[in-house]
Amino acid sequence: MKPFTYERATSVKDAAAKAAHTPGTKFIAGGTNLLDLMKLQIETPAHLIDVNGLGLDAIDATPEGGLRIGALVRNTDLASDMRVRRDYGLLSRALVAGASGQLRNKATTAGNLLQRTRCPYFYDTNQPCNKRQPGSGCAAIGGFSRPLGVIGTSEACIATHPSDMAVAMRALDATVETVKPDGTTRAIPIAQLHRLPGTTPHIETALEHGEFITAVTLPKPIGGTHIYHKVRDRASYAFALVSIAAVIQKDGTGRVAVGGIAPRPWRVEAAEAAMPRGATAVAKGLLAGAKPTHENAFKLTLVERTLAGVMAEARA
Amino acid sequence: MDGIHDLELSRRGMMIGTAATAALPTIAMAEAPPPRPQPAPSMAQVSLEVNGKPQQLELDTRTTLLDTLREHLQLTGTKKGCDHGQCGACTVIVNGRRINSCLTLAVMHQGDKVTTIEGLGTPDHLHPMQAAFIKHDGYQCGYCTPGQICSAVSVLNEIKEGVPSHVSASLTDAPQPTNMEMRERMSGNICRCGAYSNIAEAMAEVAGAQA
Repeated sequence: MKPFTYERATSVKDAAAKAAHTPGTKFIAGGTNLLDLMKLQIETPAHLIDVNGLGLDAIDATPEGGLRIGALVRNTDLASDMRVRRDYGLLSRALVAGASGQLRNKATTAGNLLQRTRCPYFYDTNQPCNKRQPGSGCAAIGGFSRPLGVIGTSEACIATHPSDMAVAMRALDATVETVKPDGTTRAIPIAQLHRLPGTTPHIETALEHGEFITAVTLPKPIGGTHIYHKVRDRASYAFALVSIAAVIQKDGTGRVAVGGIAPRPWRVEAAEAAMPRGATAVAKGLLAGAKPTHENAFKLTLVERTLAGVMAEARA
Repeated sequence: MDGIHDLELSRRGMMIGTAATAALPTIAMAEAPPPRPQPAPSMAQVSLEVNGKPQQLELDTRTTLLDTLREHLQLTGTKKGCDHGQCGACTVIVNGRRINSCLTLAVMHQGDKVTTIEGLGTPDHLHPMQAAFIKHDGYQCGYCTPGQICSAVSVLNEIKEGVPSHVSASLTDAPQPTNMEMRERMSGNICRCGAYSNIAEAMAEVAGAQA
């Protein structure tokens, strides 16, 4: 790890302003992803602002009938909240499908959204990676690409976003609340939080430098059957090859977001109109324009079959 | 604090000595890399409570909680396995919750209460989980065991508090300490000797006694 100076944030506004004006500053909350990357010198912040003391750890009802989840709510606490378990089961299921018990006790809501890819070439500092070192190339394309992206990717990067939680939030139409360094606030639909790589895969989100996530809000519950189905190489504590987050209503209509296949939770609202016609029709719309490698083309079939299983489970 | 401590000739001491000897030829053959300019380490004062005892330390901000326990407080029961949160050997209990001590900085734990394997029980007064691990042969080499035990104690608490898991059939019913629940919840603790089935039996015994 490179040496860094450290401070505890005293307010969101000050933290955002300081981060914007001090080069090499990072916020640290749970730290489970950032410290891992700092040990490998993939992240080398010169200054850390510890945001754990800012509160932001409550889950409150909103006037619209939804929930406002503080940025620092731990994954365990979010998954265990009885309102989430009852009304947003998809989110609870996605959270407990991710990481390990120890990690979920530390990992935060905002940190989970902002975690970096687990592409093996991003982690291997001996390999070129446009995300880690812009302009150096992509060793994943033509390399070991089995776990990597099949859609939304580019000639510069085929990394996936690794989160399970974010996939559920995408299906639930969550909104990300932030404070900018100038003190103004904004609400970003989760669909617009993660950018596609294009020619600049190192720019991963719509956040400005120093912009601080304070909360994630969920609209009022939409009912239906909530299913999160994660397919992975081992039964627990592994990232998704493919995951399906679905809310399916009694009449067969519903929503689907897919994890493990793209640089962001993948959802195509237009494809959902085909839900009463079955998984094949939905998958066709969801995966239109996919560009898999020869190693990960199986994911296209896997999405359709996993979705078929989820839809059958919802009918049962 | 003095970095060098009198250690009795222990298995740990033997292993350190052996490793250093074995590494010598490699070091002699490698060319010394030119020194790179490094920013000076940044130091910070940290006070925290470990196993009921207040501790005040001045640490490089880079020091993980794991290295603080092992290298500064000589609590070597907590083990360094992968140092990246993948193996669970470093699991300790902070403010009542299990975490990977390798993936957190000591400076982030100002005022926190840390419990390590040394604080759970002693050879004369074993924690019930320690006794159950011995009774059920819940280990072979023992390296992952402190982490396994800290995790196992926390898992039973998490089930009691109603924290759901990936294998819980219902999200709204209270989870039960079944074999499947134990196995899923312990997946962050790897055991290369493969003592998993006996660990689950040890946990089942303690869970049964609590019920």
